Formats: sequence, C-alpha cells, structure tokens
Amino acid sequence: MSFLTSLVNGLSLGSIYAIIALGYTMVYGIAKMLNFAHGDFIMVGCYIIFTFVSTLKIGAVPGILVAIVLCTVLGVATERIAYRPLRHAASPLAVLITAIGVSYLLENAALLIFGADTKSFTSVIGWTGIDLFGGQLHIQGVTIITILASVVILVVLQAFIHRTRNGQAMLAVAQDQGAAILMGIDVNKTISLTFAIGSGLAAVAGALLCSAYPSLTPYTGAMPGIKAFVAAVLGGIGSIPGAMIGGLVLGIIEIFARTYISSQLSDAIVFGILVIVLLVKPAGLLGKITQEKV
Amino acid sequence: MDPIVKSINSKRRKNEIITYGMVTAAYVILEILMKAGALSSHLTGLLVPMVYYAIVAVGLNICVGILGELSLGHAGFMCIGAFSSAVFSLIFQDSIPEVPRFILAFVIGVALSALFGFLIGIPVLRLNGDYLAIVTLAFGEIIKNLINALYLGLDSKGFHVSMKNQMALGLAPDGKMLINGAMGITGTPHDSNFTISIVVLLAALFLSQNLIRSKQGRAVMAIRDNRIAAESIGINVVRYKMIAFTISAAIAGAAGVLFSHNISTLQATSQYFGYNVSIMILVYVVLGGIGSIRGSVIAAAILYLLPELLRGLNKYRMLIYSIVLIVVMIFNWSPKARDFRDETLAKLRAKFGGKPAKEA
Amino acid sequence: MKKWKRVTSVAAVSALAAAMLAGCGGSSSEGSAAASSAPAAATEAASAAETGAAGGTWKFGAIGPLTGGAAAYGTAVVNGAQVAVDEINAAGGIAGAQVELQGQDDELDAQKSVNAYNTLKDWGMQVLIGPTTSACSLAVSEYTKEDNMFQITPSGSAADCVKYDNVFRVCFSDPAQGTASAQYIGQNKLATKVGIIYDSSDVYSSGIEQNFVAEAANQGLEIVSEEAFTADNKTDFSVQLQKAKDGGAELVFLPIYYTEASLILSQANTMGYKPVFFGCDGLDGILTVENFDTSLAEGTMLLTPFAADATDDLTKTFVATYQKNYSEIPNQFAADSYDAVYAIKAAIEKAGATPDQSVSDLCEALKPAMTEITIDGLTSDGMTWQASGEPNKEPKAVVIKDGAYVSAQ
Repeated sequence: MSFLTSLVNGLSLGSIYAIIALGYTMVYGIAKMLNFAHGDFIMVGCYIIFTFVSTLKIGAVPGILVAIVLCTVLGVATERIAYRPLRHAASPLAVLITAIGVSYLLENAALLIFGADTKSFTSVIGWTGIDLFGGQLHIQGVTIITILASVVILVVLQAFIHRTRNGQAMLAVAQDQGAAILMGIDVNKTISLTFAIGSGLAAVAGALLCSAYPSLTPYTGAMPGIKAFVAAVLGGIGSIPGAMIGGLVLGIIEIFARTYISSQLSDAIVFGILVIVLLVKPAGLLGKITQEKV
Repeated sequence: MDPIVKSINSKRRKNEIITYGMVTAAYVILEILMKAGALSSHLTGLLVPMVYYAIVAVGLNICVGILGELSLGHAGFMCIGAFSSAVFSLIFQDSIPEVPRFILAFVIGVALSALFGFLIGIPVLRLNGDYLAIVTLAFGEIIKNLINALYLGLDSKGFHVSMKNQMALGLAPDGKMLINGAMGITGTPHDSNFTISIVVLLAALFLSQNLIRSKQGRAVMAIRDNRIAAESIGINVVRYKMIAFTISAAIAGAAGVLFSHNISTLQATSQYFGYNVSIMILVYVVLGGIGSIRGSVIAAAILYLLPELLRGLNKYRMLIYSIVLIVVMIFNWSPKARDFRDETLAKLRAKFGGKPAKEA
Repeated sequence: MKKWKRVTSVAAVSALAAAMLAGCGGSSSEGSAAASSAPAAATEAASAAETGAAGGTWKFGAIGPLTGGAAAYGTAVVNGAQVAVDEINAAGGIAGAQVELQGQDDELDAQKSVNAYNTLKDWGMQVLIGPTTSACSLAVSEYTKEDNMFQITPSGSAADCVKYDNVFRVCFSDPAQGTASAQYIGQNKLATKVGIIYDSSDVYSSGIEQNFVAEAANQGLEIVSEEAFTADNKTDFSVQLQKAKDGGAELVFLPIYYTEASLILSQANTMGYKPVFFGCDGLDGILTVENFDTSLAEGTMLLTPFAADATDDLTKTFVATYQKNYSEIPNQFAADSYDAVYAIKAAIEKAGATPDQSVSDLCEALKPAMTEITIDGLTSDGMTWQASGEPNKEPKAVVIKDGAYVSAQ
C-alpha cells in the first residue's frame, strides 16, 4: 500500500510537471529557444486568477479565461519586443540571457505590485477526489483533473501540429527556418503563434499548480519552470509526448527518492537519475538522435 | 611555426598585454583611491567579490567561448573550491601562519575543483548542446545538495562524517565541527583581499590567454568550430575537450577559494551556489562577449557593481537592473541594432574629421 | 571587425553603467529621504561616513532580504522598524533628535549583506538593526565588531549571531527554541510519538531541529520520523506527511516558516491526517497569509513571543498602523524589529548618548546600557538583556482556536 500511495503522490506531482512541460516544450521545440521566463508566465497567470477569485471575488472560470488571454498577450508581446530582435543574433545564448532578463523583470514587477508576502490560493477545483480500497488510498481531484487536462492538451496539440496548416508550418519552422521561408511560411507569425499557445498553456498550468500547491509568491513559478525544463529534456527536446512522460517520470522519481532513500538528498538523487538517463539515452526518453553530418 | 598562426598570435599577444595592463591599471587606481580614503566603504567592500566573479566568468568563458559548450553548473565548481579550502583553513587555523596556510588552501581548493571538473567532464562531454547544459546544471545541483547535507567534524580520533545530522557524528567533546550541514562553515579566516584577488585574476588571465594561443587551445577551438573536421585531421576530441573543461572548473574553484576566505560564513545554499548563480555568471560571459576573455572581466565587474550602485533606488533597483539587462542585450546583440549602430558611428566619423576607426 | 564590435559592446555597457553611477549619487539621498518620514535636512554625501553622525539626527540602518524568495521577512523588519521610528519622531525623537531610518536589501546573501552594511556606513549609520537572517547577521557581525558599531538583530537566531559583545538580539536563539519546544511538549504530555518536518537547507530550521532532537531524548519523546525538505523542493510534502502518519506521530513538529507550513497544513488536510502541529516563532504569520483557510490551522500550537491579534493596546495600535501603511498584517519579524528600535531608544536614553558621538563611543555607551534597560514590547513584557546579547523573555505557547491565538495554559 505504501508503494501505491507513493505512486499516487508521484503522479500528482508529476502531472503538474507534465502540464508545465507541455507549454515549455512547445516554445522550446519550435522556436528553439530556452524560455527561462516560462515559469514566470505561470506565476503571472496565478496572480491574475488569484485577483479574480480572492480579491475581486468574480469567480474562477472568468479568472482562468482572463489569465489565458492576458498570458497569451504577454507571451506574444515578450516575443515581439525582447526575443525577436535577437533571433538571428550571432549566438543562440543572446536570447537565453534576454529570457533571464525577462524572468527577473516579471518577478520584480510582481514583487512591487503584489508584495513579498505569501498568498494562499483558493483551489479552482472543487472536487476533493476519490477514495480507493476503503479509504486507504486517496487520489486528489486536482491530480485527476491535471492528468486529464494534460492528456487533452497533449491530444489537441498533436492534432493541431500534425493536422492543421499552422501546425505543419510550426513543424517546418522547427526543422529548418530557412527552408520554411522558401516554402512561403511566415516564420514570424508562426513563432508568435507558438508563443501564444505556450503562454496560454502557462496560465492553465498556473491554475492547476496553485490548486495543487496553494501558495503564491512572486517566485512561485521559478522552480517548477526549471523542473519542467528538466522534464522536457528528460522526455526529449521538442517531443510533446516526451514532455508529458518526462514530467510524470520526474515526479514519480522525486517522490520515490524521498520515500525510500532520503528526503534530505532527494534533489541529488533526482538529478543523478537524470544524468544516468541522459548518458544511456543521450537525446532523452523519446528524442531522436540526429547524426551530425559534415 | 606557421606564419599565419604567428601573425594571429602576435595580434593576440598585443591584445593580451592590453588586458593585463587594464587590470593592473584598475588595480593601481583603486589601491591609490583606497589608500587616499577616497573610496567609500561600500565600494571597498565590493572589490573582492567583483574580482572573484570576474575570475569565474573567465573560467566559464573557456567552457562557453573557447570550448563552445554551455555549462550551467559552474557555481558547483566554485562551491567545491570554497568548501574544501575553507575546511583546510579551519583545521589549520591555529597551527599554520596565515600566508602559507592560504597558499595551501588555495592549492587544495583549485586542485579539488579541477579533479571534480575532470571526473564530471568524463560523462558530461559525451553529450551535446542543451543535453550537456542540463547535465552540468544537474551536477551543480547535486554538489550543492550533497554539501548541504554533509556533516564533518574533527576530534582527537580523526574525521567524523555523516550525511544525516550532527549527533550521528559522535564527536568527542574536544572536537570541532567543520561543516555543520545546512549551517555550513562559520569562522573561516578572512585571508583574501583585493591584492590577492587581483593576483589570482591575473594568473587566470595568463592561463586562459596562453591556452587560447597554444596548440591545445587551437585544437579546442577547431573542435568548437567543426568537430567532424577536427576529428578528421586527427585531433583527439575527447582529450582536448577534457583539458578545456578541467581548466575551466579549476579557475571557478580558484574564485571559490577567494569567496570563502572573504566572508566568515559559508553555506551551500541556492543563493550562493545554485543554478541561478551559474546563470548569472553566464550573463557576464555573454554580455562581455562570448570568447572574449577581457570582455568577461569587464562585464563581470560592471554587472556586479550595477545592482549595488542602484541601491539608492531601493525596491526598484532589481526591476531596473532587469530592464537594463534586456536593453543592453538587444542593443548589443540584435543584428538590426548593430547595423544601426555601425551606420551611426560611420556617419559620426565622417562628420568629425573622417579618421578611420582605431582598432583598440 | 569582430574585435571592433566587441569593443563597442563593452563601451556600450560601460556607458550605461557610468550613467547609472552618475545617477546614483543624486538618487541615494532621495531614496533615504523616502525611507524616512523625518525631514531629511542634510544631504548625505559619502564623506559623512568618517564623522559618523550628521548633526542632530540619529541614523539607524536596517538590513534584510527585500527582494528574492525571503523578501517577506526583510520587508517586515524594515517596515516594523519604520513604524517605531515614525512613532518616536512624532513624539519628539530620541534625546531631542529626530531619527532617520534606511533599509537596505541583502537578497539573503551574506556577501551582499556586508555590501549593504557598507552602504549604510557610508550613509552615516550609527546603529544597525539587522540583518534579518542568521547567516547574514553572522557575517555582518564580523564587520560591526571591527568598526565597533552597535548592532541589534531582530531575528538573527543562530547561537553565534551574538558572539561579539556589541551584538544583541530581540528574538530567541535557535538552541533555546529547540530545547524549549521539546521541554514544553514533554512536560505538558502533548505526545510521545513525534514527527518532524524541517528545511534542511535553512540555517534557522536545521538549528532548531538539531536542538529539538537532542532534548527530545531527555523528555522521553520518541521521534518516529525526521524528514527534510530543501529550498528547491518545497511544494510537495506528501512523503514527509505520509511518513509521519505511518509512524503514528501524534504531533508533528514544524520548526519552519509559515509559508511552507501553510502548504503542509493544507496537504495534511487533503490527506485526512490530523495530528497536533507544533511550531516555533517562524510559524507566526500563518493566520495572516492572505486568503488562507484558517480552519486548517485549528489546534496548531506554537511557541511565539508575538501574536498579531493580541488585544493589548500596544499590539492593537501597532497592527493598525502597520496595516494602514503597508496593507499587510505584521508578523513576528516586524514586531521584533519594532521592539529593537525601542530597545535602542531606551538604551540611548539610559546612557545619555547624543547623536554627535562617534559610532564607537556610542557603541561603548550603549553596551552597558542595554543590560540595564527593561522594555515592555510587542514580543514580551519586561524584556531585559544579558551582556552576552541574549534577551530574557519567556517563550509563550499559544494555540490557534477559532482562527485566533489563545494562550495554551
């Protein structure tokens, strides 16, 4: 039973990582940039929902909708203002550093607007969950919803990318930007769309993250953002199913390491396993190894 | 030697001398100001941290600029250098005089971080691109986490080590706690100062610039520019990558030694040795110019000072810092902004005297 | 050409920095004036540092993390001190001189804390309130010792924080809290099986934990689970709670801050696990977390010197003013630093010190005076200090009932 309990705990943590990693990997795989500020978009989404639910008392549904819209706008604007000028910079690191700048900017702006104090987030999910085995095993409602939401997002994203023109354009841009231009694809528009989707997903992930772990500070998004990055790499960069699996696996490893080995050393164990996985499969769990040619 | 290499190298040498001269001049000016009492205590206190961040930026630049691999774990090497040297200084605090003790501590710190750089390099350098970056991040976090959970004590029976808690050490009453888990090390002697830091910086510059000029350095850069071509002309890729990575780690370790000997408390927590610190150092390297050793020194110095000089703005300072960072990045790196700048400069030159640009 | 670009890029950065540097001289006096409500007549030049005092005003400095993950604590310290300073200035100042307060950010980084200290020294600080956290306080105390500056840390609780004779503190020390908690639980027979959840990457938390475990053995407490979390891993506590539950812990000891504690309480609730939660002063503030469901904290006990909803006049006025100025409910950090300011005031008055004294003379005068004063503050009645720097005050145990603190006895 303790094994099953740990597995369920791992799934609930992993499902959160997975849903963040889905948004992360969109931007990461298609625009080929590490958006370090993604975690902070999540935080922005959380604050918007918090304002709607707890301060203005309007309700969760309009809150989430407004958060999605605002995060989408913020994502597209950030890309337009801060990332696009650097897309063809001499080094890909230039845009990475700018993303770090955006991350600092969002965190410190939130600090000024909302203050440093922790805010307790009211779960947007009313359902408490289900009990199995006569109450010995409890699965939280937010866990089930998060997993369902990530599966839905996964399916929709896959269908969007493989079945629609815009999605195909994204794939083309991800493969080869130069060739995509030659094919008549508007690269700017496609990357804007990628950021729009990725940032909108950040708002959804924020709603679920803060429902599962109800505390909100300007730095709420930073660590889950890094974990989602790890999950995306673990699953294979650019692979959308990989992000989902990477997130779940990361969550389960984390909980098992804490349960069976040591809670003090769980960070080291999680990262140790990541290293081992990448040494065995150098392109992540679902990534394809592309042989470099001359 | 090949005449082309010779001419490149003589150009590089000239450039290097400028770098040494710049550091020395800055040192002399600041020393004079300090002696004359013209420097505020705030600025005086910033000098040593400014220099050790410049050193670690130089070290990271070898990895990012010369080797061409993104490392997000250099704070981890700094952490190893800081802790190993601080433990040494703490043990021999009363038995060895200050100067030889610090030299030994320095050697130990650098050697240990080089060793870890070597050991970590073996698996890491088999990977590519972002995968390599994330594994260095992972190692940095592992180092931090392990040291954070480490309890180390010394008594008449020798060392006691535990990964659990202080009680598990079973330390005799006369024993001395060296590393107390999350509470880390307290009471490290204040052995580093501005002069020592500058000497270390010059040594790091000497090492890295000679590396770039040497046969090994050219091999490393050949691998960076085209691994397959380098392999095909018989360059031992693994060997040269290892050399560069180990040196890079050793220099970061040297910065760590200065770090731990500049402040009496030392903890292996995120704000000192987490991935965000590695990223901060990366910001120095990129802003200073990838592959430009001198740029790293200048950018580290300026970017370390910037938030400190913004203190007058109180709570707005980090916000302003982030905006400055974004604006500077776009201004410096965007192809359009660069064209605009070059055009403006050309126009200005045409207007004022029409002298050709001096390549400093 | 590449080199030329490099040079221009470096030049661009330097130009920007130079502009900042130039802008800084003017703005620093602006900033300090904003931080203080006192009429800032004197313009602060760096040269004022040597003389120590600037005419007829007292200059108090405060240090704490104002940005970053621990910003809530540092902000509380600066704001709490500001409330006290405003009150004192409105009542005519200390020894007839107005008080100026400047708060500086250390980002929870010991080196930056020293930088902040040096900044304040350049401004002309005479007395230091801070730094807020233990490691920073320890690092800065090396420098205050050297400069012989009087330092009172509101919340630096590690044992070594007050190892120098010029440093005093307002809060309890970590060893005292850990030991007192174990004794309280043992003597009041609250539980025999105890689980612990602590932050192994935090000095405060692991300090209390170590001493709690050491004393628990003497009190006949059985520790059934001793689980850690780290600063990088503080969202999910399901494993730590599960282990305590599986071990049959009747009481879970939480020597941590309220931010994480609020998460632990809500996760325990979803798990259906209802032990007694017992915390130290770091837990104070849990009822003030915005939007927190206080029914989750029902029955939680804590040893704390301060309760924001206490009904005495002093607390009521303080909380009202603080809320009006900062639209937040103050926590124990704010209360500690408020008391620190009044302790300094009392010590200055006792010693008959004046603002024109040098920093070192002032410190020499205040050191003996500190041991002679008695303060009725927010965090305790009749507080006195030992020459060692430790305060004499009894930890009060409170229990949360109907969303408010009630004395446990």
